[in-house]
Amino acid sequence: MPQINLLQAINQALSSAMEKDQEMVCFGEDVGHFGGVFRATSGLQEKFGKERCFNTPLVEQGIIGMANGLAAAGVTAVAEIQFGDYIYPAFDQIVNETAKFRYRSGNEFNVGSLTIRTPYGGGIAGGLYHSQSPEANFTHTPGLKVVVPRDPYQAKGLLLSAINDPNPVLFLEPKRLYRASVGEVPTEDYMIPLSEAEVMTTGSDITLVAWGAQLEYVQKAATLAAQEGISCEIVDLRTILPWDKDTLIQSVNKTGRLLITHEAPLTSGFGAEITATIQEHCFLYLESPICRICGMDTPYPLALEKEYIPDELKIFEGIKRTMNF
Amino acid sequence: MSQPKANTLATLEPHFINNETLEIPTFHLLKQDGTLYKGASLPNISKETALRIYDNMVYIRVLDERLISAQRQGRISFYMTCIGEEASIIASAVALDDKDMIFAQYREQGALRARGFTTDQFMNQNFSNEKDLGKGRQMPIHYGSSELNYMTISSPLATQIPQATGYAYAQKLRKQQQVTICYFGEGAASEGDFHAGLNMAAVHEVPVIFFCRNNGYAISTPSDQQFKGNGIASRGIGYGIHTLRVDGNDTLAVYEATRKARVYALENNCPVLIEAMSYRLGAHSTSDDPTGYRSKEEEAKWALKDPVLRFKHWLVKQKWWDDDSEKALYHKYRVEVLDQMKKSEVIDPPSLRSMVTDVYAEVPKHLEEQYQELKAHIKKYPDHYPNTSGRID
Repeated sequence: MPQINLLQAINQALSSAMEKDQEMVCFGEDVGHFGGVFRATSGLQEKFGKERCFNTPLVEQGIIGMANGLAAAGVTAVAEIQFGDYIYPAFDQIVNETAKFRYRSGNEFNVGSLTIRTPYGGGIAGGLYHSQSPEANFTHTPGLKVVVPRDPYQAKGLLLSAINDPNPVLFLEPKRLYRASVGEVPTEDYMIPLSEAEVMTTGSDITLVAWGAQLEYVQKAATLAAQEGISCEIVDLRTILPWDKDTLIQSVNKTGRLLITHEAPLTSGFGAEITATIQEHCFLYLESPICRICGMDTPYPLALEKEYIPDELKIFEGIKRTMNF
Repeated sequence: MSQPKANTLATLEPHFINNETLEIPTFHLLKQDGTLYKGASLPNISKETALRIYDNMVYIRVLDERLISAQRQGRISFYMTCIGEEASIIASAVALDDKDMIFAQYREQGALRARGFTTDQFMNQNFSNEKDLGKGRQMPIHYGSSELNYMTISSPLATQIPQATGYAYAQKLRKQQQVTICYFGEGAASEGDFHAGLNMAAVHEVPVIFFCRNNGYAISTPSDQQFKGNGIASRGIGYGIHTLRVDGNDTLAVYEATRKARVYALENNCPVLIEAMSYRLGAHSTSDDPTGYRSKEEEAKWALKDPVLRFKHWLVKQKWWDDDSEKALYHKYRVEVLDQMKKSEVIDPPSLRSMVTDVYAEVPKHLEEQYQELKAHIKKYPDHYPNTSGRID
């Protein structure tokens, strides 16, 4: 199987989806001829023409508004927001329109053929406005699906599912891994089901749950823990709305301990939702309090990014605290 | 009620109006060879002011050149030049009063320099060290100084436009004889905030100068894929705003346009829109490569319209400038910038404490706790966090 990076996997998924669905369009700022600032849409305009892959004016609310209209007409629309940090002008269109289209019309209309792609997360010296992880703003929005891949294989399979899903999907791409994450990806199409978590590594002492780029730190932390004789089970949630609580409950009931980690700030992060759900379902199985290793409750810094990131050492310390409770 | 005058212009035929009927002239004075266009009148500009503008232009050329190479050497993470737009940015800033407020987009280091931002301040920001006024929190070029009335740059585009309206409203409320100038690109003018900001300024009669740097590109997107109307100027007219289009590479015209705009805004308590037509000669940023979307021929064509050279030709013709002064000035600034770069590079990064300050006016309890936890963690793994581990109490 060929080795490709995460960007190439996304590009492959988009290209193949556009080949299969002659109506599918793909657009956003600098997405056309240039192929996007990260080059995720590279070559799509050449292959499918300017009508189907194009630049938009610089207006995120317009991009998502237009995408809502296209999807309402039944066209498969994949809209790119250049950075997750810049999704907020489109917040109204996403939260009040995309998410509620089907419900408010009694299913007369829907925008299920819409996928919103956007890079998220830090680790690229991007400071306040090129580093944020905005997922919790959207997991608080019924009607959306929120998906976060961790590597090229997952990215292709999950993006194809997102595009084909009959619901609008926000697809958050870990930009730190765009080129850094390389792996085997089949050239043919395949789909990874949404709302199904994956147990990446089985273990017996503690469950570590995360999604997207954060799993890289989780794996490193699990290696450090293994050296101390601690056996970690790693769960990738993959879809965080609606999320697969059964897999996690099963895992925690087995290990008796849970550590959740995300790069977004701690307070009101998605980890809080997981914590509440797990204590409700696993109360009698828990050997220690659920541990959250997250971004601090501050904006994302530049010079002190290394200090800010919930890295493998912070996770490792969290594992030990939880084990020694 | 101020509905459009429907009755007086009534027509019995459906008379659609199109874009081509709107003629917007471009105000220019100076030809590329440094002579005035026939019939042009020289604005009232002193030798001192003219040389101040040129001094800032040379400084910014040097600053951009040195910081671009510092980025290429990996000494700073990111940079943006303003090459090609020096006349638009510097001549407009110099035409204002130093107490007027500036809301910039991100490419207006020339305006900040004209206000007196020093070389160590520039360098400390770009090297994100503890002496940076912004405490090393934002990416390079995100300058700001309350002392110099220059609002700190925010990366999200166009957010500064309605804010400038609000700031100018405060100036009016306080009966200050000051205006606010708001810089933005033609790409940012597509954002909703642009429309909100202009409309609010017109409705609330606010002394703000909206200064659009129409430089032809928003990263890779050329302006013909950004809008189909008659530039950004036509929108000012639509919002009922006093509007002027100017040759953005013509220092004298930009200076005069901004000076007049300021007088008009203050006398009439109203906004003015200036659309400066120019060209982004450099890449969007150091993360961008224009060879993927525009031709060398196009760039070369615009390089011939170099605004700095055009103004220099004029200064030389005034006998206010010569090649020896030019050489000496470039040399002086190259030495100054390089020296300061070496100094700023070795200044410590911001303190760990700076992570939790300024989130709120005070450090709340939960952030104090998070800070203490982080401190303990770093003490445990000092080698992993070399930026801060040696400097925590």
